[in-house]
Amino acid sequence: MTANTTTASSSAPVILDVNDLVTSIGTKPDAHRIIDGVSLQVRQGETLCVVGESGSGKSVTSLTVMGLLPKKVLVPTRGKITLAGEDILSATDRRLRQLRATTMAMIFQEPMTALNPVVPVGKQIDEVLRAHTNLDARARRERILAMMEQVRLPDVARIFKSYPHQLSGGQRQRIMIAMALVLEPKLLIADEPTTALDVTTQKQILSLIRDLQRDHGTAVLFITHDMGVVAEIADRVVVMRKGKVVETGALDAVLRAPTMEYTRNLLASVPSLIPRAARPASSEPIVLETDGLGKVYRQRSMFGDAREVAAAQNVTLTLRKGRTLGIVGESGSGKSTVARCIVRLIDPTSGEVRLGGQDISTLSRPALRPHRKRIQIVFQDPYRSLNPRVTVGETIAEGPVNYGVPHAEAIKRAGELLELVDLPADAITRYPHQFSGGQRQRIAIARALALDPDVLVADEAVSALDVSVQAQVLDLLDEIQTRLGIALLFITHDLRVAAQICDEVVVMQHGRVVEQGPAGEILTNPQQAYTKQLLEAAPGRHWDFANFRPVATAPHDTTAPI
Amino acid sequence: MLGYLIRRILAAIPVMGVVALFVFLLLRLTPGDPAAILAGDNATPEQLDRIRTSLGLNEPLYTQFITWIGKLLHGDFGVSLISNVPVITMIGNRIEPTISIALSTIILTVIVAVPLGVVAAWKHGTWVDRFVMALSVIGFSVPVFVIGYVLIQVFAIDLRWLPVQGYRSFARGFGPFFERIALPTLALSFIYIALIARMTRAAMLDVLDEDYIRTARAKGIAEHGVLLRHALRNAAVPVITVIGTGFALLISGVVVTETVFNLPGIGRLTVDAVLARDYPVIQAMILLTSGIYVAVNLLIDLSYTLLDPRIRY
Repeated sequence: MTANTTTASSSAPVILDVNDLVTSIGTKPDAHRIIDGVSLQVRQGETLCVVGESGSGKSVTSLTVMGLLPKKVLVPTRGKITLAGEDILSATDRRLRQLRATTMAMIFQEPMTALNPVVPVGKQIDEVLRAHTNLDARARRERILAMMEQVRLPDVARIFKSYPHQLSGGQRQRIMIAMALVLEPKLLIADEPTTALDVTTQKQILSLIRDLQRDHGTAVLFITHDMGVVAEIADRVVVMRKGKVVETGALDAVLRAPTMEYTRNLLASVPSLIPRAARPASSEPIVLETDGLGKVYRQRSMFGDAREVAAAQNVTLTLRKGRTLGIVGESGSGKSTVARCIVRLIDPTSGEVRLGGQDISTLSRPALRPHRKRIQIVFQDPYRSLNPRVTVGETIAEGPVNYGVPHAEAIKRAGELLELVDLPADAITRYPHQFSGGQRQRIAIARALALDPDVLVADEAVSALDVSVQAQVLDLLDEIQTRLGIALLFITHDLRVAAQICDEVVVMQHGRVVEQGPAGEILTNPQQAYTKQLLEAAPGRHWDFANFRPVATAPHDTTAPI
Repeated sequence: MLGYLIRRILAAIPVMGVVALFVFLLLRLTPGDPAAILAGDNATPEQLDRIRTSLGLNEPLYTQFITWIGKLLHGDFGVSLISNVPVITMIGNRIEPTISIALSTIILTVIVAVPLGVVAAWKHGTWVDRFVMALSVIGFSVPVFVIGYVLIQVFAIDLRWLPVQGYRSFARGFGPFFERIALPTLALSFIYIALIARMTRAAMLDVLDEDYIRTARAKGIAEHGVLLRHALRNAAVPVITVIGTGFALLISGVVVTETVFNLPGIGRLTVDAVLARDYPVIQAMILLTSGIYVAVNLLIDLSYTLLDPRIRY
């Protein structure tokens, strides 16, 4: 413990004390332990960040505290959890229900699914007050509206009556926060509360949690996988891995001088926001060009007027052999629409897509067929983009077989490709579920490469992966590009990833290109307000994690961390 | 909402039109002379002539169709060939038992099956869940006439609590009415309870895995609130769909029950008409059944908009 290095809060009372907690699958003595001897404390007014990759047990820890583990499936079998002086592992269900929302509250990762879709949000907050207070309807309503104002929701009277689907992701998360804090609990558990949000929204939510914590003196247990977020919000940090605490310490101590190898590796895997050294300008041939590319969705209704939504407008970009072009933007910016138009998974409504000089934007399906193999795509979610009932070898071989390659030859080639993406040769006869997320993404890349494309489109291809795995897959893409001279079109919302892999960047917002140019220029000296805003919202931008030190602040950047 | 209602009703017109056309052609395109079919084997030439004139069979086909539709719209479904009574009167006399049984069955089913399904899902994997599932397998597997005869043997013959068979109109008092629909309702409910309990359980199991259920529990509200306010309403859409379709099926499928309990309903009317080739009655019954299906589907769709604010037409 290095708690003595923390700031003012070290004398504040301990609100949550988790001591030697073990949570297992079932109650048998040899049962597998998801949490294995975890100890941590959160003091009043303090933010403790629990950081770890998937499978580290960070979420299970928080669900154990809340008593929300799936009954009889996951069971706390050892240790003690003390909340404001009360032992809660031995508390009755009734007592736990009383403690929830009043003493401990929780917000979750997915604001899209965490609210009941068929109940107005005001009523959902009201339920908390009805369950735990004796206030009358008017007093409850006043208190809810006041809380909604505290979480900086606009037009609270209207939002009170709104259903979740009528609100944005950020607004829904504010509702969740209002619901969690309306009874001023002593402990707030936030489980990846900003992971599903855009960076600009994330920044607002993080500062909101900070401010409310300061005003109410709440103890915050903040769970995240994102070192950037840790750097923004933590007072102290607990690093978890495979159900165990690897390292605990004050934020500064952990970021500057991590004592454990695992923590060092984790930090070193965080891609830097500082763009990598630019490669010399290329005079290789242009393999992909779009000219004024646009996609308009028309919604026809039987009687009313047709509605039009422009998902992408006037996108012009150029990609040369062996280069990487990034399209960055937040959700709804149209970056995926552009990628899908280029691959012709959807049909553009205007403009041209030239693949090796030939316009493919208006070709019929049969006429498109010979061009398909020249451009291939890798999707975001490796758990859903591979057919679970087809072996890896057949998946990779399917494309070439469709283009007339004999089956035996295609399978042989699949074996070579698996070697190229650093998977064992015996992977060929196995099924996708036998592989981890990172390995599956390698399989997806091998599948795309099987057709020898000129252009590989990666649509958020590393976004679902843990940072350490992400770093490996990015290295792999880099290596493949060097060896095969393939051109990469890289779609991402993550500026750190873009900075490390792209030669040129296109920044999109609301379906339009805001700014484009060499990555080194755009990401260090942006000209457009929106690009600046994006960069400023990138969490942890003041830290150079891989080098365990703060970033030397650029002269024009005067904004302080939130 | 009102606009949607009007559009849906307008959209039902072509559907019913196609059904009417099919029903019309059913008779006209049957091989042989419709008049001969209608008149039966022992008809005299004069009778055949009379039928031809009365049906307008000497007119061109489209004129016949227009005349026929025109009559339908005025409530004239023709006259039964067997009893010479107007079809509309026959159906009017026979529809009450069927509607009564269908309604009471659906009500009983919902009251029993929905709670069973909710509890089974809540106690997923325990003996309660397995017990409910076992009951539903039994409900599915035993034919309705077997249940019917067993019920008659036990409650009517051995215990003498209820009459064996027959029907007494609701207009003649609730007591006798209830006594006579109790057993048919019970018999008919078995399979529907099995079906709806299963549906409810499956829908609830899906919903109970949702994040907002975890949120509701994290708020510290009591378990019945989680189940009823948060889970059941979200699980309701598929359940309502099956209940609605079940009701429509009941109307057209109660014939076995009506036979077992000797109820004068439209199920038996239809079967009798088919056996006797009483075409006007058959035609009217097809039209009526289609009309009920269209109406029930409309009601189901409208109920979606009440249950789920995301569904707007």
